[in-house]
Amino acid sequence: MGQTNWLSELGRFFLVLLLQVLLLNHIRLFGYINPYFYIYFIILYPLTGNRTLLILLSFLLGFGVDLFSDTGGVHAAAAVFIGWARPLFLKFSFGVSYQYNTIKVPSAPLQQQLIYVVSIVFTHHLLLFSLEAFASRHWALILSNTLSSSLFTSVLIMGAFYLFSTKNK
Amino acid sequence: MQQIIDFFIRNKNFLLFALLFVIALQRTRSAHSFHQTRYFGSTHAISGAFLNWKASLTNYLDLMEQNELLAQENKTLRAQLLNPINTLGKGSVSEPYHFDHVALHSAKVINNNFHKTKNQLTLDQGRLDGITLDMGVLSPQGVIGIVTHVSDHYALVQSILNTQSRIVAKFQKSQHFGTLVWEGRDPGAMQLLEIPKIAPIAIGDTLVTDGRSTIFPEGLPIGRVVALTQETSNDYYTITVAPFTDMTSIKHVYTVQRNDALEILTLEQTGEDGTN
Repeated sequence: MGQTNWLSELGRFFLVLLLQVLLLNHIRLFGYINPYFYIYFIILYPLTGNRTLLILLSFLLGFGVDLFSDTGGVHAAAAVFIGWARPLFLKFSFGVSYQYNTIKVPSAPLQQQLIYVVSIVFTHHLLLFSLEAFASRHWALILSNTLSSSLFTSVLIMGAFYLFSTKNK
Repeated sequence: MQQIIDFFIRNKNFLLFALLFVIALQRTRSAHSFHQTRYFGSTHAISGAFLNWKASLTNYLDLMEQNELLAQENKTLRAQLLNPINTLGKGSVSEPYHFDHVALHSAKVINNNFHKTKNQLTLDQGRLDGITLDMGVLSPQGVIGIVTHVSDHYALVQSILNTQSRIVAKFQKSQHFGTLVWEGRDPGAMQLLEIPKIAPIAIGDTLVTDGRSTIFPEGLPIGRVVALTQETSNDYYTITVAPFTDMTSIKHVYTVQRNDALEILTLEQTGEDGTN
């Protein structure tokens, strides 16, 4: 990673964190649906980047969101999990050879992109809402929250891909 | 030895993940436990100051609405002042608050959530301003929660819209009382449990706090019954209650403390000890 690359990653880290706690935490579509867009950072982290650093940054990102929404450590736990498991999602969506190809997520074929984003978002949200409810008897609520928020977050992330990748074409 | 070091280096990512995951779970667990003394969240000095700054920016957006709420409260209070005979003794919303027994503070809400299952509010007043644990929190319209964490300058309130909240409520006209809980999702629907079918109640009845708990003084408004069904399987009503306070828009609140709470608790404690 070059110097500029490193700086833009750092910039994106703080940008998604601020966006999440200042704006997106207050959307409440239909009263309760919130997008958790901040994992955009984890999704877009360079595929060849340092894995240990990604795990650490995912944790800090989730921790930051937790701090401002009084949720204990649920965002930190869900974020560090997908940060650690990201190679599995990549392998699942782009095939085993993703490491050797120079794939860029925002310009990959739509189908692979969708599988990658939706699977990461769904896993993150399921873990998040399960930990938040902290009791399995709320399973119906957990599932419906996960599905509705996942849809919202995925749409935002796919939208952000197209918004920011038009310049490169 | 070399093998052990190799093992750590090979699995450093998993070990780091496991460590951080356990830390996060630990934080989740301690945030769920009531009366946590060491708590690190929105009441922390840095995040609290940040939220305070954010509140000062966004406060202007709903000034009209907030003014309207405060003006309505003033109107109610003035009506009570002018008609003391009408309101006293009749058991209306304004039963006499014994002011010598109750300490009031006013505070502003700097962070509020209502879309989660464990909702909390952050207030801009803390230990140095006289806020203590277990104080009740009221909006101009009614009860909204209980203080669960205090730092020097901020306090955290467990909202009535929290699946862990249990508030004792009684009917204003009869003396039947039950436990008010929230099952998630709809900020306008709470459930009142343990009201027997023989109780003479109807849709539209007002619920107020019950003096049995040492947190709230008796007779503070909570909400209104909006739906009522009778289960055939047991002897209790299923009652849905809408809180008087619009929990999605709260800015100005009061904390109340019963000055006799300590005396009552000490007395009950001695009673329990004595029987042992």
